[in-house]
Amino acid sequence: MPHFTKPDEGSWTEHYPELGTAPVSYADSISPEYYELERDAIFGRTWLNVGRVEQLAKKGSFFTKELDAARTSVIVVRGMDDEVRAFHNICRHRGNKLVWSDFPREETSGVCRNFTCKYHGWRYGLEGELTFVQQEEEFFNLDKADYSLASVQCEVWEGFIFVNLDPSNTTSAREHLGELGKGLEGYPFHEMTQVHKYRAEVGSNWKLFIDAFAEFYHAPVLHAKQAVADESTKLQSYGYEALAYGLDGPHGMVSSWGGMAPPKDPSMVKPIERVVRSGLFGPWDQPDIAGLDELPPGVNPARHKAWGVDSFVFFPNFMMLIWKPGWVLTYHYWPTSYNTHIFEGTCYFVPPKNARERLAQELAVVTFKEYALQDGNTLEATQMMLESRTPVDRFPLNDQEILIRHLHASVRRSVHEFQQQSAKTPARDRHEEMRR
Amino acid sequence: MSDTPVIPAAFADLVPFAGWALPTERERYNKRIASTMDQLQSFYDTLFPRLDDAIAHIDQFPLDDLPDDAKHLLWICCALVTVSFPVEVWRQARVPDSGASSFDAVLEPAV
Ligand code: FES
Ligand SMILES: [Fe+2]
Repeated sequence: MPHFTKPDEGSWTEHYPELGTAPVSYADSISPEYYELERDAIFGRTWLNVGRVEQLAKKGSFFTKELDAARTSVIVVRGMDDEVRAFHNICRHRGNKLVWSDFPREETSGVCRNFTCKYHGWRYGLEGELTFVQQEEEFFNLDKADYSLASVQCEVWEGFIFVNLDPSNTTSAREHLGELGKGLEGYPFHEMTQVHKYRAEVGSNWKLFIDAFAEFYHAPVLHAKQAVADESTKLQSYGYEALAYGLDGPHGMVSSWGGMAPPKDPSMVKPIERVVRSGLFGPWDQPDIAGLDELPPGVNPARHKAWGVDSFVFFPNFMMLIWKPGWVLTYHYWPTSYNTHIFEGTCYFVPPKNARERLAQELAVVTFKEYALQDGNTLEATQMMLESRTPVDRFPLNDQEILIRHLHASVRRSVHEFQQQSAKTPARDRHEEMRR
Repeated sequence: MSDTPVIPAAFADLVPFAGWALPTERERYNKRIASTMDQLQSFYDTLFPRLDDAIAHIDQFPLDDLPDDAKHLLWICCALVTVSFPVEVWRQARVPDSGASSFDAVLEPAV
């Protein structure tokens, strides 16, 4: 007996008939060839979230972002006109990486008035214009106006900065995020400026980690020991059911119950949680800011009393969790090969007013880390066996795993569409098109 | 840190654990996994009953302008959060089933 109502079709999955209910293959997660296709079909032409506007606090603030999957590195910078722009991080003289410090593969950030190449000292302004050429008179008819930094499409949505590496792209970031994105507009993201950010190198295909965070079916089992014993037995016997799922285009969301912040019965939670008043679902005391009582329609879409957290999977690699007590967690998955990726988990809180609030946030952050360490290790084990290509190559997915079915279907569709388009347009024309 | 960090006089019983006054989560976690369960347990047993008092002490001052001793006490309280997992849940310093995976703080608040 389901505890929460499912759609009339009898299941969430069948509510979206194009998904089917058949067992699925993870062939999209175990080969270098498929990953090469994803780089061009997905990462090279989809809006990617690379940060938040708060990272660019002042005019001249910049950061770099390594986008290995899209075969580039970008500079994101706030200009003197306050506009946020992005450029390929490559010097127009002889191709040196323009902005980096100490280690060319590491990301960096800072504040500056211009970017100076370490190699021969060419300088670029914040709008990408070439302003200085060392020994300019030695060049042949060099017009500096022809050598601005190569710009990258860049848009800000609700304070989140997105880039798109496809110069022929005509869709805005907001359109790309679709109905699920629109439903979040107005949420007080800008108040949540207290940031804790984690990074991990994970030995699995990027999609497998999204899979792990896009279902809570595993939670009562894999994370059993994280709850007090009685509670854990109870959670396992209930299993997991979401309040609601929603799909729109390649994006998906799951709305989940909470009830743990604060818990109905304090003995359900660990001693530290009782004293610090915080835990996995976040600090129990909601911060005192506007915008948390009247939530935008996309948050807790079922308007359920038991609501605790919504998880959004924005295609391709950006997840956002909005927690009832008023904080936000984002996940990013940056592929570095078919079986490795860099995972970033970032917690956003309203700045604490005192030590009590600071510790409540610390406990939420550390709890997230303890869970993620368990999640991350399981993935290597999964990747290893999927890659072994044992005779087992079709795997069932239940109704609570609908977002996984949908993610892999969305990836396959993007790759397929790209292949069809490439077949129609010979490679040479495509390059010409890129240049225009 | 070669000198023992100063902590507020009212918390003299925490002096043996002053080494936990570490400013970052990464350092606190590293100290946790380098400790024995006995060490973690005695730190927890000493501070946990006084946690509310410690918070009340720190909250006499504005969070963005803490005197050094109160700041150290706050870091020690953060360390208690880190140590609560092995003591209350895992019964071992590392997260079970976490193998070689690592998860590093790359950005966190100054205090
Ligand atoms: S490569 Fe940048 S100045 Fe020569
Ligand atoms: Fe998990």
